[in-house]
Amino acid sequence: MMRLIAGKILLALAVLLFVLTLDFVLFRAVGDPRKDIADVPHLSAAARTHLIHERGLDRSLADQYGIFLRNTLGGQLETSYRTDRPVTDMIRAALPETLILVLPATLLAALLGAWLGAVSARRRGGTADTALTGGALTLSSAPQAFLAMAFVLVFSIWLDAFPSQGSEEPGTGTRGMSHVWDVTQHAALPVLTLTASILATWSLIMRSSLSEELHEGYMATARAVGLSPRRAVLRHAVPNALLPVIALTAISFGYVLGGVILIESVFSWPGIGGLTYDAVQSHDLPVLQGVFLVASTAVIGVNLIADLVIVALDPRVRAS
Amino acid sequence: MAVSSETVAQLLGADRNPLSRRLAGAGHALRAIGRQPAGAFGLITIGIAVALAVFGPQLAPQNPLSPSSLDFAHRMQGPSSAHWLGTDQAGRDLFSQVLTGARASLIVGVLAGIACAVIGAIVGVCAGSLGRWTDRGLTFLDDSFLLIPFIPFAVLLAALLQDDAERFPGGRTGIIVLVLALTGWPGTMRMVRARVLSLHERRFVERARSQGASRTWILRRHILPNVLPIMWVNSVLLVALAMLGDAGLSFFGLGAPDSFSWGTLLHNGFEAGAVNQGAWWYVVPPGIAITVLVLAFVAVGRTVGGAPVSKAPPR
Repeated sequence: MMRLIAGKILLALAVLLFVLTLDFVLFRAVGDPRKDIADVPHLSAAARTHLIHERGLDRSLADQYGIFLRNTLGGQLETSYRTDRPVTDMIRAALPETLILVLPATLLAALLGAWLGAVSARRRGGTADTALTGGALTLSSAPQAFLAMAFVLVFSIWLDAFPSQGSEEPGTGTRGMSHVWDVTQHAALPVLTLTASILATWSLIMRSSLSEELHEGYMATARAVGLSPRRAVLRHAVPNALLPVIALTAISFGYVLGGVILIESVFSWPGIGGLTYDAVQSHDLPVLQGVFLVASTAVIGVNLIADLVIVALDPRVRAS
Repeated sequence: MAVSSETVAQLLGADRNPLSRRLAGAGHALRAIGRQPAGAFGLITIGIAVALAVFGPQLAPQNPLSPSSLDFAHRMQGPSSAHWLGTDQAGRDLFSQVLTGARASLIVGVLAGIACAVIGAIVGVCAGSLGRWTDRGLTFLDDSFLLIPFIPFAVLLAALLQDDAERFPGGRTGIIVLVLALTGWPGTMRMVRARVLSLHERRFVERARSQGASRTWILRRHILPNVLPIMWVNSVLLVALAMLGDAGLSFFGLGAPDSFSWGTLLHNGFEAGAVNQGAWWYVVPPGIAITVLVLAFVAVGRTVGGAPVSKAPPR
């Protein structure tokens, strides 16, 4: 079992190194860091030379790789072309704002999805199943940016129920509980959009994984010893069906991150997504690089944790 | 569609000519998909989208690229008899733009989806056939690409390539296809690899090997025919994913502005402030168009995945 865990950790580290190397190679094979610096407007010649020297762009590729690895692993990313601020600081400021949306939406989508999937599985082929599956598939087929704009149109412009811009009312400077309430109101619509767009991920896997469990022999046994259908499902089938749901939560984390980036852009939410949208518009490559590295690291980390949780929960994985 | 291709097959002499046999197979598969309600919805929608992609620019009342379409006196106006879907910030007809954009949206999705499936199949067959170390290396590559989050990576890659857009085949649209193809293959690779590994254990492959069949012969005669159906079934779902990916990248403004692809229209509408002005006619039609078409490909993909229609018809 220790070997299994060590293997998982080693694989995660290898993938992390792969991502870093891919990033390094991409910036030199596709782009040209020296040309990027030459293209930055409003920069004196001395500042350009300083930037080139600071990043070691006047040294050999092997040296550059070493400097890049040391800086990145030490948490020191490059400097934004547009704002002149260190990308590390920009991302550090934006990350909590993104988590305010991602965590509740993931939790909501996983719980709601698991429940709806369970309802579907028990009525497989019926009207409720068709409606739920079709609805979830439709929501997940909508481009997330469009879903966000549609939600703003309906809930914010027409119904005037929620604010649609930013994470707080500008200029009010609220504190304490009233600030929490302010942010909650602003977060409601983006969280709702994200939940709707990722719901199908969980409801579909729960539907198929629970349908399989319902046909297992132990379910007949549970019924035979006198458990009610509801109790048999909840006590025996659901726990077994939940394992794939945990694995899926980790695997789809990267997809959720992509979704939140698009949705934040529409809501001008001051998180990673807002950062990314502005960076694309102004061709701010260091910021895009930082977002890519941080997002990849987060996904690799979350998947490692999920792998370890599954090892702890599932004796079959431990045995193999 | 289904009937005609089968008629063609019969006229050509279905059992002699391999091409016509394949056409008959396609007709058989299409009819089997069409029998399911979801599959029928998918096929009809895709058919309409293909027709729009072919004839859209001719049907459009206006050429959105011609200067005569500019009409600043009537900008951001709602639907009317003159402009069925209203006008944009330069007074151009939005209905024309949605019709014109069908071609770019469909082509990007289909090209990228098929490219993902083909790359996945090639890498998967290599991993399953070329020995343990190749397998380990390619599986690691696959694991890594599965973990890389799509939007952050694709946005970075597309932004990096953007500088060379003029020299790139297909310009910005070509860049998006390339980015989608480079990121979308790992799922197919997994499935194909597992299939190839299990095929190599099967009796008929072992028998061929023991009789001295070469690797290439086994690959052509036994492996590929059993792998291609998975690849095609997968490509249908990958087209759906590619269309969504294209919509995301285009929303960031990374698509070709003159293509008027539906994702680019979402970007234009957002940048023009259509949402806050309540100009729903700018973003809702292209958004619904993408949603319905993606759903159509998902419906066909799920129908094919559920029913054994990928099997060849009785000969």
